Amino acid sequence: MKPFRDMRIAEGYLASLAEPDDFDGWRDVARRLVQADVPPDRVAWDVPGGQGADLFATGSRRLPVPRPDAPQPRASVRFVQVAKSAILHSDPTRFSLLYRLLWRLQANPRLMDDAADADVRVVEALARTVRRDIHKMRAFVRFRSMAEPDGGERFVAWFEPEHHILRANAGFFVRRFTTMHWSILTPQGALHWDGETLLEGPPATRADAPSGDPVEALWRGYYASIFNPARLKIGAMLKEMPRKYWKNMPEAALIPQLVATAQAREATMVEKGAIDFGERPHSLSGIADAIQACRRCPIGCNGTNAVAGEGADHAALMIVGEQPGDTEEQQGRPFVGPAGRLLRSHLEQVGISDSKAYVTNAVKHFKFTDRGKRRLHQSPTAKEIDTCRWWLDGERALVRPRLILALGASAARSLLGKTVSVQKERGVAHPLDDGAELWITTHPSYLLRLQDDGRTTEERRFSEDLQRVAARIAELAG
Amino acid sequence: MSQPTVLERLEILADAAKYDASCASSGTSKRNSKGGKGIGSTEGMGICHAYAPDGRCISLLKILLTNHCVFDCHYCVNRKSSNVRRARFTPQEVVDLTLAFYRRNYIEGLFLSSGIVKSGDHTMEQLIEVARILREEHDFRGYIHLKTIPEADAELVARAGLYADRVSINVELPTVAGLTRLAPDKSAPRIEGAMTTIRSAIVESKDARKRFRNAPKFAPAGQSTQMIVGADAASDADIVGRAGALYDRFGLRRVYYSAFSPIPDASAVLPLQRPPLVREHRLYQSDWLIRFYGFTPAEVGQAADPGGMLPLDIDPKLAWALKFRDRFPVDVNRAPREALLRVPGLGVKAVNAIIAARRQRTLRLDDVARLTVSVVKLRPFIVTADWRPVLLTDRADLRPVVAPKAAQQLELFAA
Repeated sequence: MKPFRDMRIAEGYLASLAEPDDFDGWRDVARRLVQADVPPDRVAWDVPGGQGADLFATGSRRLPVPRPDAPQPRASVRFVQVAKSAILHSDPTRFSLLYRLLWRLQANPRLMDDAADADVRVVEALARTVRRDIHKMRAFVRFRSMAEPDGGERFVAWFEPEHHILRANAGFFVRRFTTMHWSILTPQGALHWDGETLLEGPPATRADAPSGDPVEALWRGYYASIFNPARLKIGAMLKEMPRKYWKNMPEAALIPQLVATAQAREATMVEKGAIDFGERPHSLSGIADAIQACRRCPIGCNGTNAVAGEGADHAALMIVGEQPGDTEEQQGRPFVGPAGRLLRSHLEQVGISDSKAYVTNAVKHFKFTDRGKRRLHQSPTAKEIDTCRWWLDGERALVRPRLILALGASAARSLLGKTVSVQKERGVAHPLDDGAELWITTHPSYLLRLQDDGRTTEERRFSEDLQRVAARIAELAG
Repeated sequence: MSQPTVLERLEILADAAKYDASCASSGTSKRNSKGGKGIGSTEGMGICHAYAPDGRCISLLKILLTNHCVFDCHYCVNRKSSNVRRARFTPQEVVDLTLAFYRRNYIEGLFLSSGIVKSGDHTMEQLIEVARILREEHDFRGYIHLKTIPEADAELVARAGLYADRVSINVELPTVAGLTRLAPDKSAPRIEGAMTTIRSAIVESKDARKRFRNAPKFAPAGQSTQMIVGADAASDADIVGRAGALYDRFGLRRVYYSAFSPIPDASAVLPLQRPPLVREHRLYQSDWLIRFYGFTPAEVGQAADPGGMLPLDIDPKLAWALKFRDRFPVDVNRAPREALLRVPGLGVKAVNAIIAARRQRTLRLDDVARLTVSVVKLRPFIVTADWRPVLLTDRADLRPVVAPKAAQQLELFAA
């Protein structure tokens, strides 16, 4: 204890700073106060427009003169780092908090490492808030383009920071937009950059900034489209983009509507995508009945009759075509038209009795376009094939063939789940998940469309494929 | 039919790109536009310029060059057999959009991907052209992430890395069986081959830069990949194991997990039920445990149930701790860093703070409370100067004590 104390210390000092973010000024004053041994509770701090003067009416604006032999105050690197951020906070007590810490640091130089200390925790929290605010300003400033008098383009932003971070953030915008002319206007002051020099301007109002920018329509379109309505997480958005920033972000106006319609949009997608087939029938006749009522794709809804598969219950060979044709649809049986006749004659030639095979189609209904008197065949889409696969899978599970022969690309897709080139994949066995073998060849209706030599060649290849299948069935049976 | 406007095409091509989870713009080399002819900077930390109501960060202009595609991957909205509207941008149009957005401070840069048109090589050349115009003609110094087409020539992949900060190839599905079934046109060896090419290019460039300061940088932000969760039968343990192998084999910066979510005009082959979003969250937590907490993929797998699935109601670190109670309690005043990192409820920051603070004082429970979020959940697992959980760690009913209270799922239309 010092026996004599300066009267002014008993009354207190009032330290004035030039600016609310004046770290250098604060450091100079704080250094002198520590050297003059002024305890924290005897100092009040004031900035222009602040209220320090009222709090310490009796304080002196004259700072104490330290003794010439007073040692230089010491502060850890960590303290200086934290203090430089914390001083930008809008909390009016930040100067005295920092001074208290500096004061305590003289006795305990490692104080800043003690994260459990109350003062350290508060100052770290202030610094964290400021760093976050600085980061968010870099993120959420939105420039709008405006024409300059000389015909150039200037990008102007209106921003309302919560803390005194404008000057601290100037360097970031200069480094990023060096070749651009830009201004950032805030209620506390403004920054103007012309490609070479940075000027500070007086406080501005929202009306000083442009009211719109044509590119914002594109940005809003992007924002709405990149949002995935199937994964609404409003809390996660609000945590990182609090409402206080929304008013100066052109895209934020869309949020209420995006949120409101998200569930409905997801439900529509799921409803459209999800086809509820319920439980599979346990018999082939059950499937035959059920496909008559199937309306799960557009073909099923075209008013035609479905055509079920036919043949031996546990046939070793399953032959899969594309879809019923005109004749098949009228008679309600598969492969009874011209293509079916051609298939049967070839099967006979290679010694496959069609009574021992199960014959069916990838798609159970007839897809066509109406051309006056004739109904012209139309190929099913990949989606229609994939949808109808549920029925074919049901037939496969009941018949359990050892070998499946797919006629044409649609049938192959229905078994492989992907579109393959028939010409590349024919003539070899493709193992399927259930242990069966898939062989692929052309559809007989393709042969019917060919002329002369082409027809002869392709029929020969078709026949060769069937011979291989016949040999393979014999092998599997043996 | 008239050509759709830029806005319409932007909407289509952004919509098509949103199933790629990555939007990172961090971890690349530091640079700025001082002394340059253009704009742009990267300062290490990425910046999220906006957040969508799905909670995801919008850091980059993430679009496809075109959503026309010759592939037919079942989980993909752009597959050949889907009925979505198609659109395409020219490379110049993408460049103009990127710069217009960047000047207004909407984005950190560009994440460009594409459907496969004509051939893998052609598509890759178009992607590289966008990056080339940005870098060479506009001296753009912002962030560029290029999705790489595995089917493209290795020479093109190498060029992409010279312009881009990050290159990525999606492995898409955690198992080869899943890939064969759901992405029949893609090949796992091909994808891994391309990832190997990128890895060696990155390693070579880093090596060259040690010797020659001006050697060109190759993808300074590294490579990443993405796996779709819940579209095939892979368990969490499978996925974590696969991710671990990917980190090791290809030196990846990140593996992203994307919970399969309903897409318009979905393929009939896909599961009807989407996986719970929290499953994706648990996988990210496991990923963190491996990258920052010293867990091995096998240890994360130990936290899973016999079917290989991680619990959804508690996080994997807590699940692991409940299984290996003999490793607890941990003395916060003495335990090494590795042991502290295993304590459920202590993050990397809290562990750092504890280690710094315990040099100053002997920590009591109150001190720990000030350094962490919730000391209540922590208590059963730690010892402090004034606290020892005598019975807690052996209690059979510990799980309900530490598990978070099941939050009521918001069901607006629930009866």
